[in-house]
Amino acid sequence: MGRTTADDTARQSTGISRRGLFTAAGAGGIGLAVGALGTSAVNAAVAPKSPDTVVPFYGEHQAGIATEAQDRMHIAAFDVTASTRESLISLLKDWTEAIESLTRGAEIGDGATGGNYDSPPDDTGEALGLEASHLTVTIGFGRTLFTLDGVDRYNLSKHLPEALIELPHFSADALEDARSGGDLIVQACADDPQVAVHAVRNLARIAFGRARVRWSQIGFGRTSSTSTTQATPRNLFGFKDGTANLKLEDNDLLNEHVWVRGGTGVETWMNGGTYMVARRIRMHIETWDRSTMRDQENIIGRTKKEGAPLSGGEEFTEPDFNLQGREGPLVAVDSHVAMAHPTKNNGVQMLRRGFNYTDGSDGLGRLDAGLFFIAFVVDARTHYVPMQSAMAKNDLLAEYLRHTGSGLFAIPAGVQPGQYLGQALFDA
Amino acid sequence: MKTRILAPAAALAAAALLLTGCTDNNASADGTIRVNSTSDACEVSTTSAPGGTLNFSVTNGSDKVTEFYLLADDGLRIVGEVENVGPGLSRDLVVIAPEGNYFTACKPGMVGDGIRAAFAVTAAPAGQSVNADRAALQETAVNLYSAYVKDQTQQLVEGTTEFATAFAAGDVKKAKELYPAVRMHWERIEPVAESFGDLDPILDAREADLEKGDDFTGWHRAEKDLWAPKGYTAMTQAQRQKIADKMVANTAELHSRTQELTYTADKLSNGAKELLDEVATGKVTGEEEAFSHTDLWDFQANVDGARIAYEDLKPLLTENDSELDQALETNFATLQGLLDQYKKGDGFVLYTELTEAQIQELSAAVDALSEPLSKLTAAVVK
Repeated sequence: MGRTTADDTARQSTGISRRGLFTAAGAGGIGLAVGALGTSAVNAAVAPKSPDTVVPFYGEHQAGIATEAQDRMHIAAFDVTASTRESLISLLKDWTEAIESLTRGAEIGDGATGGNYDSPPDDTGEALGLEASHLTVTIGFGRTLFTLDGVDRYNLSKHLPEALIELPHFSADALEDARSGGDLIVQACADDPQVAVHAVRNLARIAFGRARVRWSQIGFGRTSSTSTTQATPRNLFGFKDGTANLKLEDNDLLNEHVWVRGGTGVETWMNGGTYMVARRIRMHIETWDRSTMRDQENIIGRTKKEGAPLSGGEEFTEPDFNLQGREGPLVAVDSHVAMAHPTKNNGVQMLRRGFNYTDGSDGLGRLDAGLFFIAFVVDARTHYVPMQSAMAKNDLLAEYLRHTGSGLFAIPAGVQPGQYLGQALFDA
Repeated sequence: MKTRILAPAAALAAAALLLTGCTDNNASADGTIRVNSTSDACEVSTTSAPGGTLNFSVTNGSDKVTEFYLLADDGLRIVGEVENVGPGLSRDLVVIAPEGNYFTACKPGMVGDGIRAAFAVTAAPAGQSVNADRAALQETAVNLYSAYVKDQTQQLVEGTTEFATAFAAGDVKKAKELYPAVRMHWERIEPVAESFGDLDPILDAREADLEKGDDFTGWHRAEKDLWAPKGYTAMTQAQRQKIADKMVANTAELHSRTQELTYTADKLSNGAKELLDEVATGKVTGEEEAFSHTDLWDFQANVDGARIAYEDLKPLLTENDSELDQALETNFATLQGLLDQYKKGDGFVLYTELTEAQIQELSAAVDALSEPLSKLTAAVVK
């Protein structure tokens, strides 16, 4: 399956950039679109959005990482089909512009209803009347963008970060090609699922001819809290998840475990960025639901109701892995909490930002449901691979899990007005 | 292959979610007897309760690991216990006790005789009979199951030797015949076999279970060679010999280890549940036997193993949980009836010969049986 289409250069001039909207002013460019047919770029019929639900787009880091976890997600990986480096850059510019609008709650281009009557509207329209809903859109680069089957399509291979590895095959992995990999990743998170879907849909539309969706996934409920102000949510096993997660208030820990800093030479462009590990983890929820409460709590290592470690206390009490019961430690060494704990993993921590998902059923009367695991780490080689390797083999919970999709993406730093997402890579 | 199956050896009288048959003992509105185990006291909300099912809710108010016991009037025999309660946590104990004199005991720090008090169980409400000696029934069940495991392991050793010889010698026809039949002995006792975390991957790992650098050995290694997929390079005689020898040696090791194993009633019932889980996640989907497609042999063997465990435990059910017993009886029979349709000669049709509708029907029958089976543990440990 060839990824490069014959002629996407035309597309560059007909995309949203056709009006030259990509300007240093970013949002200011919208004024240019008040155009020939007297239509307005921003539909006047739509009430102004509340600034309370806007997450700033510009910044040192991309939004959607150290941002309070929103409740819904739509994530999509893309295969780039652009025939030239310039075409790829034009896509990133168009996306940057669109994301800047979307995250403000504004419509794209001439809007959903304000364009030429004989043209399809620039914005697909389903977010009209909805708040910005804390929408964040985070983009990243897969290894195959830098080198695909030994081919350096966009003259990027010399900037391939060492940390952007091919994840190894972990014990019992059942990865599906159509749910794995991708040249680009677009993670849209919002409090309203329609807002997140609207973002991905419109970015996919903008990309036609330059990139196409490889896989996409809806997450309907967050499984981690990323702020001390958020309560710990539950995963589909019914247990609190992410109690020990890194929080955005832990600035020093984020600098140590999440943000790439001090990169030099060909990897300088990654400074201020991070790496996203994405894993689609189907849960055997039916067999889990049939396991006794005793087994469930022993497998997790925490109580179901409060989330307290079995060594006692309350949810945020540190587990005591040495406290002995009759047959060994109260928190079993192969329980999930023990396997995942930083003290058992060379002190590494992750910023987990995953979502519960369901995708219909599997044809055998069971829900295809589970966790879309997302973690942001400074380096997957130290912060994910060793832990997952051990967990795939020894975690009591592995019995109830099946990894069906996988991806690792380099997430570049945030941008300032006038820049486009990932620009540091292309300027390098 | 699975990572680790058997739950940590749980106490016979385990906590349970099913608060069936609550007794009216004035302990609390729902009949639960509350126990607060502090570092120097064992506060029990009542000193007596009518015979039948007693529900204790034990809270650890101390800063040590605690335990709670219901002891017989000799002060020695344990009628029910709950162990491993961490500081600040609560755990339930559900136990069936007939009329008589008992002791309650909390054991903060898990040492000493515990903080004891007399506890009286009065006559059961009219119309309820309470079996005096469930411990004896549990012991009988466990002994029967232990004998079954030993028998299956013995047959596995003999079958594996025969298979290994044929496989090493390049007698493909014979090896293919023996493969599914011998594996049934493994599959019948799968939760036991898999409890040996080191032997299981050596003997039963599928290729996808492994990481780069792991050796691919055992049954599924031989399977791939016998039912070679496209583009596969066959093993040499020396390579086959090595795989065969390893299978024989490790199966002998498995045999020797099972001689020492002890069981509890909850291990039998949880093992039965796990066997059905195996069917649900590996066999009914056709993933276990990726090359030979002999999944229905494994399917049948898993069901056999679960049924044996259930039948061994049956005397514990008939008196107090006849409804559950009936549901299990019916659903085992239904599933077996479906499997019987696919019998062919001494074995079964291949998984690949099943239609989608047939697979769905089998899967639904597995689910139907698995639900009541998941309630077996709570019913037998009381």
